[in-house]
Amino acid sequence: MNPSVNMTIKIDGVEVPFEEGQTIMDAALAAEIYIPHLCHKPGLSPHGSCKLCTVDVNGRAVSACTMPAAEGQDVENNTPAINEVRKSITQMLFVEGNHLCPSCEKSGDCTLQAVAYHLDMLDGHYPQFYPRREIDASHPSLVIDRDRCILCELCVRASREVDGKDVFAISGRGTNCHLIVNSPTGKLGDSDIEVDDLAAHICPVGAILIKDHGYEVPIGRRTFDLHSVAETDLGEVKLSKTKHHDETDEADNKEGGVYGA
Amino acid sequence: MNMKRSSCEHLLHLLYAHQQQHRFISDEAINDIASELSLARAQVESVVEFYSFFSRTPRGRFDILFSNCTSCGDRSLMEKLCALIHVEQGVMRDDGLVSIGETSCIGMCDHGASALINGRSMTGMDEHRINAMAELVESGKVLIEWPDEWFEVNDHIRCTGLLLSESFESGSALKVVASEGVEPVLEKIKHSELRGRGGAGFSTAQKWKFCREAAGDAHYVICNADEGEPGTFKDRVLLTSYADSIFEGMTLCGRVIGAKQGFIYLRGEYRYLLERLEGRLEARRKAGLLGNRILGVEGFDFDIGIVMGAGAYICGEESALIESLEQKPGHPRIRPPFPVTHGYLGQPTVVNNVETLAAAAMIAAHEDHWFSGVGTEQSHGTKLLSVSGDCARPGIYEYPFGITVQQVLDDAGAERAQAVQVGGPAGRLVHPAHFDHQIAFEDVATGGSFMIYDHSRDILEVIHNFSNFFAHESCGFCTPCRVGTTLLKNGMDKVCSGHATAHDLDEMKRTALIVSRRSHCGLGVTAPNAIVDGLKHFPELFEARLLHKEMEPEFDLDASLAEARELSNRDDAEAHL
Repeated sequence: MNPSVNMTIKIDGVEVPFEEGQTIMDAALAAEIYIPHLCHKPGLSPHGSCKLCTVDVNGRAVSACTMPAAEGQDVENNTPAINEVRKSITQMLFVEGNHLCPSCEKSGDCTLQAVAYHLDMLDGHYPQFYPRREIDASHPSLVIDRDRCILCELCVRASREVDGKDVFAISGRGTNCHLIVNSPTGKLGDSDIEVDDLAAHICPVGAILIKDHGYEVPIGRRTFDLHSVAETDLGEVKLSKTKHHDETDEADNKEGGVYGA
Repeated sequence: MNMKRSSCEHLLHLLYAHQQQHRFISDEAINDIASELSLARAQVESVVEFYSFFSRTPRGRFDILFSNCTSCGDRSLMEKLCALIHVEQGVMRDDGLVSIGETSCIGMCDHGASALINGRSMTGMDEHRINAMAELVESGKVLIEWPDEWFEVNDHIRCTGLLLSESFESGSALKVVASEGVEPVLEKIKHSELRGRGGAGFSTAQKWKFCREAAGDAHYVICNADEGEPGTFKDRVLLTSYADSIFEGMTLCGRVIGAKQGFIYLRGEYRYLLERLEGRLEARRKAGLLGNRILGVEGFDFDIGIVMGAGAYICGEESALIESLEQKPGHPRIRPPFPVTHGYLGQPTVVNNVETLAAAAMIAAHEDHWFSGVGTEQSHGTKLLSVSGDCARPGIYEYPFGITVQQVLDDAGAERAQAVQVGGPAGRLVHPAHFDHQIAFEDVATGGSFMIYDHSRDILEVIHNFSNFFAHESCGFCTPCRVGTTLLKNGMDKVCSGHATAHDLDEMKRTALIVSRRSHCGLGVTAPNAIVDGLKHFPELFEARLLHKEMEPEFDLDASLAEARELSNRDDAEAHL
């Protein structure tokens, strides 16, 4: 390895260093520059499906989470035009599912909702699809509510890459895509997922929820009541199984916990 | 490596056999097949649900899928058959005898209305045929006893050039590489300026060179015979009558890049070609042109297996095709890395179109300039066009690049053309004012589809058809394409039903831009083309269909009450708006 010359890319005019093997997203996060994303999570292999992290590199649209950083890249990220596109993509995610924030247990902890606020999304804009999707409550400790699934495959990857299992997959095509469970019956209760698995906690929306723990953190004290989605170290915050993460003494305890870095 | 064995154990092949035998793939079957192949159950389930030709619920003993292509489809014939034998589209008849549905273009555009019956291609359908079919279906007469001429497929070669006029001598290209070596052959292909014939137009010599130079445990050659672009059928003709030059192109490529294994990924719609192709491969093995020690040269080992697709347009995208070869749903991969370095099983892989491989073989067997001397400055050689639609002589036309759209129309006997769709739904809708443009990479580029619409056609319905096609074929991986193609389809639904306003057209333009610019792969990038071109070149057609009102509901108020009427068991005037 030659640590060699300092390689940089430009993000919105700012020189950002990068190392061989890093993506634009990696370099941005390391420099504490926020590029909106939903299907990306440091530590899991990049996926590039939600397209929230779309950026223009020398005029060409690419996904920041999958595009390797390379010398000479002039990246447009936080511009009104690109944020408008991201807002539209977020609206697409809202209308294709059934997202009823006021009655959702994940409200305030939901990254989709937080990204929507971040992008000044005030409505769904597009006509609702109102799909019919199945709920799976067969597991004693977990429930899948597919109405809220945004097909980001974080649970799919977390199960395979971190938990060493293979609990989830996406099936179907086009708007019929849906989350399936890799068990003989297709039911979560017959899979080998356990409540301490990362896959059980990684869902950025309320599609995979822990039973018997609803509303333990009151509205107003939840992740995005206290943090901005644009905080680039949020990955660690979200990955800790926090209860009252606004209380600093408890937050200290969680560092290096099951889901700590 | 025992190719035969691995190709018949392919997940897609097992599922096809099961579907044929049991007419659907049950939960138990998914479990059984998963354990037989040692695959995760979820992988098998996701494959079953990805490909159109597999079904989780029973299909009829006669499973009839009418093409919904604007050239080889005829919806009225499907509706007529449904009425005659009392079948609802998409629902198996109660007695299990028959089911009728739609499928994307089956590549029979030069044969009139066509359909797949239990996977077999039926061509030249008309009302008379529908009546006769209705009787045969009701009688339960097995398909092999139906008249052979109903299933006839002809080449319809109307105009020949470099590729189609000469008969190719099997082994002639391989002898060149065996005697002259790899480098001179690669140089020859480079000088020919051959570019990929699937539509993207990447330099063939470059692709082979990159793959040759890429490190890997094994290298692979894949022939992309997933000809799924509606209106394209030239690969069907090459596979039917010029298969040896394709196989030879693959073998040549294998020698150049150092591959021992090649695959033909053949679209499920062309299953009727499988036996013939297997026969040709066997003949080449016997002739010493495939297998170990080809032409007696030590270390020149190469063989070809055929993997059948199962109804998914996206598998024409090279990385989705590779995923499909790897027994997975056809989701396009993240690029980079590209298949030339990380392809099949993560190894360096060349994926070339059927026509490209045939051309490469012939280039190797000819003197320099045979190919590059033809065409335009940036587009060398000839191009096979699949001409269909409203013309007297649909079929295959081989032209030097640079031919004008108008010349093709004249040759095909197309009078009064209102528009031509060049390159299929993913291509461009060409207005008569642009008929003087040339078929070439630098002007009107095409993978070979050339669909003609005369003044009897409703161009809006053509665009509507294309938007349905993309919503159906979007793999669903990325948000802009998954949601956006459906939004565009809904927009065209609204326009065509006369409910759209000027605002809806602006919305479609805006959505089209997001889908084409932000999607993961070429499907999304090109999906809005016909709508964009239509709004640009035929705005008056859209405007004529608009409701000139300030405000129009997003939905049909009366239709939205249908469920309430059904539940309350009412259908009187009071129950309608």
